[in-house]
Amino acid sequence: MQPVPRGVFARRVGRGVRDWIPAVVVFLLGLALWEFGVKALDVQNFLLPPLSDILDALWNDRSGLVDAALFTFKEALGGFVVGSSAAIVVALVLARWRPLASAVMPYAIAANAIPIIAFAPITNNWFGLLSPWSKIVIAAILCFFPVLVNTLKGLTSVRPASIELMRSYAAGEVEIFRRVRVPTALPYVFSALKVATVLAMIGAIVGDYFGGSQDSLGIVIRRDAGIFAFEHAWAGIVIASMLGILFYAAVAILERLAMGWQPSARIE
Amino acid sequence: MTVVSLQKVDKTFGKGGVTALQGIDLEIGEREFVSLIGPSGCGKSTLLRIVGDLIQPTSGDVVVNGKSARQAREDRDYGIVFQDAVLFDWRTVTKNIALPLEMLGWDRSRRSERVREMLRLVELDGFESHHPWQLSGGMQQRVSIARALSFSPPLLLMDEPFGALDEMTRERLNLELLRIWEALGSTIVFVTHSISEAVFLSTRVVVMSPRPGRITDVVEIDLAQPRSAETREHPRFFELVADVRHKLRGSDELLSEAELIVAEEGL
Repeated sequence: MQPVPRGVFARRVGRGVRDWIPAVVVFLLGLALWEFGVKALDVQNFLLPPLSDILDALWNDRSGLVDAALFTFKEALGGFVVGSSAAIVVALVLARWRPLASAVMPYAIAANAIPIIAFAPITNNWFGLLSPWSKIVIAAILCFFPVLVNTLKGLTSVRPASIELMRSYAAGEVEIFRRVRVPTALPYVFSALKVATVLAMIGAIVGDYFGGSQDSLGIVIRRDAGIFAFEHAWAGIVIASMLGILFYAAVAILERLAMGWQPSARIE
Repeated sequence: MTVVSLQKVDKTFGKGGVTALQGIDLEIGEREFVSLIGPSGCGKSTLLRIVGDLIQPTSGDVVVNGKSARQAREDRDYGIVFQDAVLFDWRTVTKNIALPLEMLGWDRSRRSERVREMLRLVELDGFESHHPWQLSGGMQQRVSIARALSFSPPLLLMDEPFGALDEMTRERLNLELLRIWEALGSTIVFVTHSISEAVFLSTRVVVMSPRPGRITDVVEIDLAQPRSAETREHPRFFELVADVRHKLRGSDELLSEAELIVAEEGL
């Protein structure tokens, strides 16, 4: 590692900030439009409350909302971990035994097109309405198929010349996997994992909507909307959105750490 | 000593399908630089892969370094360079060159010492920690050559290694390759479809013709060693280029004839 000359870091941060200015301006304009547009047009509260009311509700409910958010995030995270790791293991097996893949993959691709969220009421029956496992399972199934399809695609999209090169070094299947297939698959795996964070959050929250623990975010949103406390329901939605963004960002950061070599991740 | 010996090698792809190679007999001695040249479809790349045990011949004997092609591959008796550099983006230049050494179980200090030597050999010192995408096509191919030579294999197989490069880079790398060949004393089998490249580099040019792929001529290149940029201006160089071109044209006529037959059958 070369020492970073003094000032380079500050300049880099400075440039980073400047790159972000347009996006931040658009964000603030959007919030302002929301706040003043809703008041000016006299939009009904049940359609869209003003931003300030929602922030008030968010502040007043903060401890309850954070608990509910953590409860639901655990469901989503559990589903993400279970579903994605199962998918990666299955993809490794299918990539190793190709005939098995050609027998199984048409179904996996078909399953990928099914709106699995439709099964949420059924998983509640299977694993218990109040058990977090009914939500973990739905989130896991949602994550499973895209991660499986992408990982397998990554593992098998190795250039034939790379395989020939490895064979010229007398490498066996295991070594080709470890040194070529897995690194080649990483970008595919991470783009699927990022999608999976979103799916896991959807699975957990929609799973809650179909009935679940009183502690869960989905139930809190549904209850508040049911009793016309729309500011409070919106506060729940804001928390859910923030969690989703943080979850996605965490995986994106992991991706950067795992693949610093990537052209897109290079600095200058 | 004979490094590569091919006897009556045939290769047919698919059951009763295309005959890629027919009756190939070829002996390549130690320190020879042999080019395989011919139009596309003459099986020159297939032949190279048969020597490297990356493709199995349908019949015939292949002996590499005094043993079966398979044994030679398992003993890492050859290095290979493809038209595409086939570098791994997640590895730096250093780690790409060290890949075969890692697989041979060399320890870290021995590896880095050898990588330094190889970088000096291909004149890439200073690019140790670059990634492949930061290099030009010519530099990538030099890394690929360094990797193929890093474990000092007695035989180097090259499949149109400079085919994707511009003329200037190609001529420079031709000279570099000759310098490396002289320095290391390895045997090289080189696939190309550039006549001047084949004549300039080789001690022998093997002319092949397609459908079925077979050897139609072998031209001894008696240009003085070591060769230099001036070699390309020597009258003997032009004579040999003309000779090889003439012999290739014979196979080209066969090619167009074969294509005509295919076209007629298509109707």
